[in-house]
Amino acid sequence: MTAPRLLLGSVVAGQRLGELRYDVTATTVVLGAMASRDWRPMHHDKDFAVVRNGTKDIFLNTPNQAAWFERYLTDWTGPHGRLGKVTFTMKGSVFPGDTMVLTGTVEGTEVDEVGCGWAAVAVELAVDGGVKTTCTARVALPRAEDDNPWTRRADRWRP
Amino acid sequence: MSDVMEEVAALIGVDQYPEVGEFPVERGYIWTTCASVENANPLFWDDQVAEEVTGGPIAPPTMLSVWFRPHHWAPGRTEAALPLQVHFDLKQRFGLPEAVMTDNTITFYEPVRPGDRLRTHQVLRSVSEEKTTKLGTGRFWVIEVVYTNQRDELVGVESYTGFGYRRAEGAGR
Repeated sequence: MTAPRLLLGSVVAGQRLGELRYDVTATTVVLGAMASRDWRPMHHDKDFAVVRNGTKDIFLNTPNQAAWFERYLTDWTGPHGRLGKVTFTMKGSVFPGDTMVLTGTVEGTEVDEVGCGWAAVAVELAVDGGVKTTCTARVALPRAEDDNPWTRRADRWRP
Repeated sequence: MSDVMEEVAALIGVDQYPEVGEFPVERGYIWTTCASVENANPLFWDDQVAEEVTGGPIAPPTMLSVWFRPHHWAPGRTEAALPLQVHFDLKQRFGLPEAVMTDNTITFYEPVRPGDRLRTHQVLRSVSEEKTTKLGTGRFWVIEVVYTNQRDELVGVESYTGFGYRRAEGAGR
């Protein structure tokens, strides 16, 4: 089977990625923390989160938010999309009961000096219209059907 | 400059806490992570696609730090080990009881594959003067975590911005 691939040529600045909505539960938070081996109590113990962190509940940890952003980006690119760099800025926490909404916009595309195609994407994770986390991502995309960013190594990969 | 600040400044740029992961990269955590965010990327679920696209199974790139979070308990260990030890050292040195991470950048190099034994070290890059935010008064710091595999190939670099603080008097619950 050949996996579908998003090609650089079909991506333009200003393009919007499809929205992802997800209802966060305590299970989402705890599963995400355990999956990332983060045993710290503010990601599973509500009393600790309230008393020690001053937050209203347990909240999604950073590594699991990274996994959410990765999933959102590769839902768009398909398996040939290869993450080069991601930057997250946490502005607020995501709690059980929140519906998180991920949206993304292509900021630009380029082909680097070693011929790798890149898209710059700005992604926002919001709850009730309030932005909780922003992510800027540099994602490598194939330039043609026979191009695959995953084959790049060493100096041919410049994330 | 305070004595504490001088001691900390001397650590900037120094490689600290070289470590080998406590266990090889394995697919159980890869699947649990994909399940936690409902990630259907066939690279992680369909070995034929993984073979075709990435030359065999790989771990989701954003799982880099997962492979270094210590077991919560292990034989002979008397205290739970803390990941990102430089962060906790700074909290202790400056006497800042609370902390949050504000920014996190990850740069990805060679793919991480099941069976890899990854290595890491931490580097303190900067520490701010005291600042007051809505959380309280404290300091921001930037810590880099460098990851390599068993062939000494760079697999990734994570850069964290932390804010260690004391809660403001009379603040919230």
